[in-house]
Amino acid sequence: MHIWLPEPATTAIITSSMRQIYSIDELELIANDIRQDIIKMLLEAKSGHSAGPLGLTDIFTALYFNVMKHDPKNPDWDDRDILILSNGHCTPVRYATMARAGYFDRAELMTLRKLGSRLQGHPERTKLPGVETTSGPLGSGLSQAAGMATAMRMDGQHHRWVYVITGDGELNEGNIWEAAMFIGKNKLNNLITIVDRNNIQIDGPTETVMPLEDLRGKWEAFGWHVLEIDGNDVEAVIDACSMARAIVEKPVVIIAHTIPGKGVDFMEYDFHWHGSPPNAEQAKTALKELRTLRGRIKSEADHD
Amino acid sequence: MIDLHLVHNVRAKDLVQEPIRKGFGRGLLKAGEIDENVVAACADLTSSTAMNLFAEKFPDRYIEIGVAEQNLVTVGAGLAAMGKVPFVSSYAAFSPGRNWEQIRTTICLNERGVKIVGSHAGVSVGPDGATHQMLEDIALMRVLPNMIVIAPGDSLEAERATLALAADKDHPAYLRLAREATPIITTDKTPFQIGKAYVYREGKDITLISTGTMTYHMMVAAEVLAKDGIDAEVIHVPTIKPLDEATILKSLRKTGCAITAEEAQIAGGLGGAIAELAAEQCPVPIKRIGMRDRFGESGEPNELLQHFGLTATHMALAAHEMLSRKAK
Repeated sequence: MHIWLPEPATTAIITSSMRQIYSIDELELIANDIRQDIIKMLLEAKSGHSAGPLGLTDIFTALYFNVMKHDPKNPDWDDRDILILSNGHCTPVRYATMARAGYFDRAELMTLRKLGSRLQGHPERTKLPGVETTSGPLGSGLSQAAGMATAMRMDGQHHRWVYVITGDGELNEGNIWEAAMFIGKNKLNNLITIVDRNNIQIDGPTETVMPLEDLRGKWEAFGWHVLEIDGNDVEAVIDACSMARAIVEKPVVIIAHTIPGKGVDFMEYDFHWHGSPPNAEQAKTALKELRTLRGRIKSEADHD
Repeated sequence: MIDLHLVHNVRAKDLVQEPIRKGFGRGLLKAGEIDENVVAACADLTSSTAMNLFAEKFPDRYIEIGVAEQNLVTVGAGLAAMGKVPFVSSYAAFSPGRNWEQIRTTICLNERGVKIVGSHAGVSVGPDGATHQMLEDIALMRVLPNMIVIAPGDSLEAERATLALAADKDHPAYLRLAREATPIITTDKTPFQIGKAYVYREGKDITLISTGTMTYHMMVAAEVLAKDGIDAEVIHVPTIKPLDEATILKSLRKTGCAITAEEAQIAGGLGGAIAELAAEQCPVPIKRIGMRDRFGESGEPNELLQHFGLTATHMALAAHEMLSRKAK
C-alpha cells in the first residue's frame, strides 16, 4: 500500500513570527490568563458557553503558543497550519487565545456576541481573520479539514498540518463518521484530530444521552491511530501533537480527556454549565479562584 | 434583438436530443483542462452524474466520497478553502436534498465557491418514482444568501454553464441537471452568462417564462399559440438566482400577462421567483406551471409530463386563460 510521506523540505522552512519559545510554566500562566478572559467575556456578553471553553484552554494554549505554525500579523499566510474548531460554540476560547497571541486587541473580547462585533456568538470566517471556517452546527469540521488536507496533498504541500478540534457530544453527528471513514480510507496523516472528551453535552452526561464508548475502538475500527491524553496538561498536548505528526501510516485522533469548566471549581464536571455564562457574583468568585491558582503556578515556577 | 443562434425549427422531427447531464460532463472536462485547480468529487454516482470523463482524465483530481452526501459538500468546502474549484455531484434528491444545513453554513455563510451539481432533477427521472424525482431543490437553494442557481435548458447550455461556473471561482452555486434526453435547441454559438435571462422569441401578447427542460416545451407552446394568432414572447431563465429582473420586467410591462413553467415545485421555484418580482414591481396575471404541492410517481417520462400537466398543450391552454384575464 502506498503511504503518503512528508518529503524533506527543499528550502528552509520559514518560521512564523511566533518565534518565542515558552516554558511549560509560562504556558500554564498564559492558559490561566486566557481562562480569566473567558470569564470576563462571558460575563459581559451575558450569554454563551462556559464549560467547554474553560476545559479546552490548555489545548488552545498549546496549539497557538507552541504547536502550530502561524503568524498573528499575517493570518492568511500561505504556509500556516490550520486549526478548525468544529464545535463552534467553544469559540470564546479561540477568541481569547487569538487575542493573547496578538491577532487583535484584547479589548475587543468584550464585544463578544454584540451587534456589529467581529466576535460572533458562533465563529464566522468572513468576520474575523484567522478563524479559518464558520462553525456552530455540529459535525462538519472534520470533513472540511479532510478537504483541506486532500488539497494540500494534491498540491504537494508538506510540513503543513490541519488540526481539528471536535467536541465529544458532537460525535453523535453522522457527518463525523462519514468524515472518519473518508479520512481513514485516504490515510490523511496531515490531519490531526483532537476530541475534547469532557463527557458532557447539553442534556446531560454523554454516556446517558448517547453513549460514545468504546470511543477508542470506534476510531480504530475506522482505521485511525488513537492517542489518549490528559487534555488539561499543556505538555501532554504538545507531546501528543508531536507524536501525531510522526505517525504517517494512519490518521491520528487524540482523545483529550478534559474537565469541563476546568479551573473554576463550581463549574467543573457540571453539565449545567455547558451553555450558561456566569453572573456577576459567580464571575467574581471564578476570577478570584483563577487568580489564586495563578499565584500557585507562579510560586511553583519560582521554585524551579 | 440579439441573434441567439437557436435552432431554426423547434418542431423539426430530426431535432437532436441528449441528456442535459452529458453537457455538464463535457464542460467539466474542459474546465479541468483550462484550470488545474478544478477538482471533482462524487457520492458513488460517477457515471450517472457524467463525472466519468473528468475522473478518467484527471484521476488525481477526482475524489470518490462514497454514499455520504454530508461529507460530499463539506469536503468540497475544505477543498475550496485551499484554492480549489470543487464540483461535487450526486442526485439532486440527495444533494442538496440531504445536506442543506452543511451547504448553508460551510458554503453559503462561509462564502466558499463550491459548485453543487444535482442530477436527475424533476419528474422526468421517470420509473424511479417520487423518492428520486427531486422537485424542491430550486426552492431549497434559491432561499440561501450568496447562492447562484442554474438550470440549463439543454446539454449545450449545461456545458457552457459549467465552464462559466468554473471561471466564477469564488461563488457558491447550484447546477440543476436532468436525466432524460432533452431536445437541443441552442447551438455552439448561443451565448451564456450567469445571471442573464434570454429572450428566445419576441412577442407582444403574453410572456412565457421557463427554465431547464421546460423551455423546449414553451417554445413549442409559442408555435401552437402563433397558429391561434397569439404573439407570445418566450424568455428562457437558466439562472434562477440572481434573477435577471430587468429582462423579465421589460417583457411583463410590454405583454401584461405571463405563464411560468418548471419541472419543480412552483412554491419557491421559478414560478415563486417570478410571482415575487411581479407582485412588487409589475403586478400582472400570472399562471405558474409546475408541481403544485405534491410529489411525483413512477412512470415513463413523457407519461409523467402529460400526467402532471407539463406539456406544450397545457402551456398553451394556460396562456389562453391568462390572456382572458389580462387588463384590456
